Amino acid sequence: MLHAFVWASESTESVPNPLIPAIYDIVWSIIPFAIVLFMFWKVILPNMQKTLDARAEKIEGGIALAESAQQEAAVALEKYNALLQEARAEAADIKEKARAEGALILAELKDQASDAAEAITAKAQQQIEAERLAAVQSLRSEVGQLALELAGRVIGEQVKDAKASSAVVDRYLADVEKNEKSK
Amino acid sequence: MNGLNSLVLSESITFHAPSITEFFPAAIFFEGTPFEMNRIMIIRMIMVILLVVIFWLGTRKMSLVPGRFQGAIEMGLDLVRVNIAEDLLGKKDGRRFLPILTTIFFLVLFLNITGIVPGFNIAGSSVIGIPLVLAVVSYFTFIYAGLKKHPGAFLKNSLFPSGVPKAFYIVVTPIELLSTFVLRPVTLTLRLLMNMIVGHLLLVLLFSATHFFVLGVGQWYGYVGGAGTLAFGIAFSLFEILVAVLQAYVFTLLTAVYLQLALAEEH
Repeated sequence: MLHAFVWASESTESVPNPLIPAIYDIVWSIIPFAIVLFMFWKVILPNMQKTLDARAEKIEGGIALAESAQQEAAVALEKYNALLQEARAEAADIKEKARAEGALILAELKDQASDAAEAITAKAQQQIEAERLAAVQSLRSEVGQLALELAGRVIGEQVKDAKASSAVVDRYLADVEKNEKSK
Repeated sequence: MNGLNSLVLSESITFHAPSITEFFPAAIFFEGTPFEMNRIMIIRMIMVILLVVIFWLGTRKMSLVPGRFQGAIEMGLDLVRVNIAEDLLGKKDGRRFLPILTTIFFLVLFLNITGIVPGFNIAGSSVIGIPLVLAVVSYFTFIYAGLKKHPGAFLKNSLFPSGVPKAFYIVVTPIELLSTFVLRPVTLTLRLLMNMIVGHLLLVLLFSATHFFVLGVGQWYGYVGGAGTLAFGIAFSLFEILVAVLQAYVFTLLTAVYLQLALAEEH
């Protein structure tokens, strides 16, 4: 089949068979292969691998960083929530305390007010009593005077002995009071 | 064909038919030694230097956020690492055999592509040395991988696949022996070699025909013929780019598949 290619030049010199390698051909095939293999094996592919590893590491590092950041954020959120909870509890506590205090103050005020009212009432009663006594006193003396005067007019002469007559009046009034009391 | 070859026109421009001797140019350096270098061997070494320099520069100072050049280099390396090595062999074994697979892919690619690089115009892999050496590397790599992973069981699994009735081994075993241990390296070698040889011959044929039509034949029909062969030549040049990449990919992929089969628990 290969001879079909061999139209060759007019001078029919010995045509080499392309399937039989010459020594130099093998030599100049092994040397290129060895050089290229060495370069790829020892230099180029290790460089490439290093870059790939570095790239993968960077990506993984980025992911790890993001993860740690997320974790930190979660911790912060938790802390914040705890603080919020605490603040809320404190606020509720303060409110409760304030309410209790308010109630206490109110009760105290009420007490004070009722005390004051009582005092006022007592004072008023005392005053009323004093005034009543004064009124009774003045009434008694006035009634005595009037009675003496009346009696004088009835008798027609001045009741001379004022001292004795006022004692009579007093005795009478005492009797009246006695009667009133015994009624 | 000989008629065409001897066709001589007034300007003495002859049709130069491509021949297999294209792949055996005259020696330039070290003639007669094992290190004899002809045009194709020089092309190979130039491409090897270029390959090494490009990838060395691209991975020398790598940044985590790649620039355009580094991005392109990484994309190339990832093609082999992700789409071939890790896909077929998994992360662990993929990394183990990555240097071999990457070397095969880029060496074949860089040597294939010279077939359409102006000035070079011939694939560095169009002489049997490269396909053969790489096929042998692939062959010993998968045998090594199999023997290391399943000492003792590898050959048995390969030659006496489980689940086959014992009597069939008379038929199955020779077939397996042939396909696994003989045909794999042979097909690897020939697939790449023939693709490159044929691609080169096709391009030479089309461009020398263009040359002949336009300068040798002349006239309107010469120009029409020349335009036709030139168009085909350009189309096939583009096609050769595809072939160059595809053959590099196929060679590497098959090596990975052989490795995968050798490493698999059951066959």
